Amino acid sequence: MGSTNSTLSKIPNVEELMRETGFSPAHIVRLYDRFESLDKEKTGHLRPEDFGAINRLATNPIGDRIIGAFFSAGQETLDFHSFVKILAHFRPAENHRLRDPSLPEPVNSRTSKLKFAFQLYDLDKDGKISRAELLQVLRSMMETQVTEEQLESIADRTIQEADLDRDDAISFEEFRKSLDRVNIDHKMSIRFLR
Amino acid sequence: MPVGALSHSPRGSRGFLERGLLLLVVLVFLEGIALPLGAASSPDTSARNGAAGHGQPDDHGGKLNETHEKKAFPVLKLEYAPIRMPFEISLWVLLASLMKLGFHLIPRLSGIVPESCLLIVVGLLVGGLIKLAGEEVPPVLDSKLFFLCLLPPIILDAGYFLPIRPFIENIGTILMFAVIGTLWNAFFVGGLLYAVCQIEGTHLSQVELLPCLLFGSIISAVDPVAVLAVFEEIHINELLHILVFGESLLNDAVTVVLYHLFEEYAAAGEVTVMDTFLGVIAFLIVSLGGVAVGAIYGILAAFTSRFTSHTRVIEPLFPFVYSYMAYLSAEMFHLSGIMALIACGAVMRPYVEANISHKSHTTIKYFLKMLSSVSETLIFIFLGVATVAGPHAWNWTFVSVTVILCLVSRVIGVVGLTFIINKFRIVKLTTKDQFIVAYGGLRGAIAFSLGYLLDKDHFPLRTMFLTAIITEVFFTVFVQGMTIKPLVDLLAVKKKQEAKRSINEEIHTQFLDHLLTGIEDICGHYGHHHWKDKLNRFNKTYIKKCLISGERYNEPQLIAFYHKMEFKQAIELVESGGGVKMPASVPLQVSMQNIQPKKQPPPDADRALPQFTKSREEEIRKILRSNLQKTRQRLRSYNRHTLVADPYEDGWGDYLLKKQRMVDIEKRMTQMTNYLTVPAAPSDSPTLRRTRLTSDPSAFFTKAPPGTVPTIQVELASPQSPDSVNLVDESSKKGVSAQGPGPKSGADPTKEQGRMVNPPSAGKGETGEEKEGEGKNPALLRCLSDPGPSNEDEEDEPFLS
Repeated sequence: MGSTNSTLSKIPNVEELMRETGFSPAHIVRLYDRFESLDKEKTGHLRPEDFGAINRLATNPIGDRIIGAFFSAGQETLDFHSFVKILAHFRPAENHRLRDPSLPEPVNSRTSKLKFAFQLYDLDKDGKISRAELLQVLRSMMETQVTEEQLESIADRTIQEADLDRDDAISFEEFRKSLDRVNIDHKMSIRFLR
Repeated sequence: MPVGALSHSPRGSRGFLERGLLLLVVLVFLEGIALPLGAASSPDTSARNGAAGHGQPDDHGGKLNETHEKKAFPVLKLEYAPIRMPFEISLWVLLASLMKLGFHLIPRLSGIVPESCLLIVVGLLVGGLIKLAGEEVPPVLDSKLFFLCLLPPIILDAGYFLPIRPFIENIGTILMFAVIGTLWNAFFVGGLLYAVCQIEGTHLSQVELLPCLLFGSIISAVDPVAVLAVFEEIHINELLHILVFGESLLNDAVTVVLYHLFEEYAAAGEVTVMDTFLGVIAFLIVSLGGVAVGAIYGILAAFTSRFTSHTRVIEPLFPFVYSYMAYLSAEMFHLSGIMALIACGAVMRPYVEANISHKSHTTIKYFLKMLSSVSETLIFIFLGVATVAGPHAWNWTFVSVTVILCLVSRVIGVVGLTFIINKFRIVKLTTKDQFIVAYGGLRGAIAFSLGYLLDKDHFPLRTMFLTAIITEVFFTVFVQGMTIKPLVDLLAVKKKQEAKRSINEEIHTQFLDHLLTGIEDICGHYGHHHWKDKLNRFNKTYIKKCLISGERYNEPQLIAFYHKMEFKQAIELVESGGGVKMPASVPLQVSMQNIQPKKQPPPDADRALPQFTKSREEEIRKILRSNLQKTRQRLRSYNRHTLVADPYEDGWGDYLLKKQRMVDIEKRMTQMTNYLTVPAAPSDSPTLRRTRLTSDPSAFFTKAPPGTVPTIQVELASPQSPDSVNLVDESSKKGVSAQGPGPKSGADPTKEQGRMVNPPSAGKGETGEEKEGEGKNPALLRCLSDPGPSNEDEEDEPFLS
């Protein structure tokens, strides 16, 4: 498509981006269009307010966390590359048997998907989900009236179940282990990004 | 249990085996004899149907004679005719159930041969016996009986307990297999059969195209009963199970339409393009109409269950009656009854379960399982009997070609469809999966009954069709059914994971759902999650308000899940003989204070029990606390309210019997709770136990931060707080370090005994002292200010007689 190529040429380092993330040109174009539509002031960067303008995200219980995940390390703006790289986590994974083990882990492998989810829990980035962080998540997910005691009981129970080294927090390994039986590839993939 | 039997001495096991076999033989004979005997003893021996009516004139004649010559008054009379029908039905049901019992007594048989095969063999035997006795075999697999009485319970059971999430996730695949797969099978088999029949030398040239296609459509449908029966035993992984099973359920619509279409036009002799177009429309109406009818009845049932809180006794009845009505209404309009049943069960389940009491839930579950089990058994036995009954018209070509073609078309269909489907699936279907799906396409009694329904005049080859259908059914059930289990093991197909869903999984999957919805919104993509989220919101805001009674509609799914888990554990604990932690009355008071400001009526107060007044609760708790046997502290959370109700009613009788099991349970608990506990000392005297027990509340409670204090509603005592875990560890560690593991049990009770004997204030002081060394916990001090448990010295042991 002629329009694809022209759009592609507008994006700097597009080949590198495609290689890193595994997206096809069509996908990159689609994401670029979306990026541009979100970037109302055409600055070439996204700010948290632009994300906030997405209505449905406002009603999402963990909406602000998701926005926060895009703007990691205290950045104020988000350029297209980072936007695409983060979305690459949600690409459906390829067949594992074909992957060369010597290559670095692709960004949409099961582990990296889980890492991304873990970061959403672990806001203070200490590598563990503490009880307080878990409580926060639970509180935001249970939008209706739930008593504090119930929340705390659930949080306690959760940590007790998952916490293997008994440090009262859930580390990434424990997190990964508790989701052993869940098909992460299926759950954390968006079909159209294939 | 078979395993138990094997563990006995060889003589014992052989005894079991012999007994089992003897039982079987006796039962078969009994059945075989009773039926012809029943026929013979009735005054009218000519017709077997509704002999009661015919019996009347003879009786009257007899009576008239009697008035003329006065005979002695008959002290004992045998009059079989009036009760014949119910008697025979009961006898059949009894035979079926006893057969099922018998099979499981024989240890190895049930492992090798699937139950369905054995039951068919039994049916064959019974039919053979009846025939030997010279009587005409009853047409037991009468289509009316089958479709109205035997099939609905099985389908309802399947629909009510259908795992919704995997079903919806794979709905595209399932629909492809069900609709397109069945169509392909029907036309392939029908068409090729016709072609084969046209070949010279088969003497079948009088078979026309339309009857062939009709035959193809009957035989091509995968049968839910057979699939259930076989797949239940092989414990295959959830995905494959839901694929094959879902396909067997949803292909009913296709079968219904094709069947009626070809049946209608077989007389006319041709099907035009207009007819096929109408057929497609009919298909849409049949399937969607069936689902709509089911959904309507489901919502009615859910709505009714909202008001049943005062008449819990008839609560279980509603799901059954509404579902059956849904089935009948759908059948009335020639819509798909099976889909109506599935829709009804699936729609009403979440709301009904939120409304009904725990006991009603158990009743529904067990009654459904019981009905469906008996139905299934009866169906297979009747299949056997009907085979013996005949009439048969065996034609080597037709039958063998049918069997081969069915296999071939199934394989080609599955492989072809998977190729297309895999382009759209995230989790692809592997070759192994395809093989199991193809191999698991069993035919069963539905095909037979549909064939039986055919009109003899329109279909002169009906008997040949029936013979072929029976052969195909036998082939799939016996050959495929028996070999699928070893094949599954051989191919190392993933089995079902038995572990229950953990709360971690529940929380994280919900979290991921939200995450994915958010990402989809960022991408501007209206995908899977977007619509699911929308549906959930709609459900929450409107539907739940109407259909769920009380305040419970507000309850998030996670809370409900959590409650269920806690409840299950609590029941487990109680059944194992107690060992349940009963905190003091104080938590209740504290929690009461906590609750007042929220001004929210306890959502679960009505769930499982009658309302207790506070004082009554107090009483009950005291009694329970003193009598439940605990040998160590347990930090498991549980649902106190259900414990108040159930053990009070149910547990006491078994309490004494289950003391021994406690030790095993404790061992398990230790591993599960993952913390250092005082090991159980089984030979404790009741006093020691009681002291530990009564002291537990105070020790426990002092460590519990007020936040985790249990509420009236549901939640558990302090146990889950990690703080409490640590503190208890400390204290028991302290005890351990002081003495060895042996006298540990002695040491603690003395300490605690001391605590108990002293008035609460002194005890507080002591505990306060103890805890000082562990570092002041402000929460602890706050707890200490509450009065400890009242002195339990005066409690005698009323229940431990």
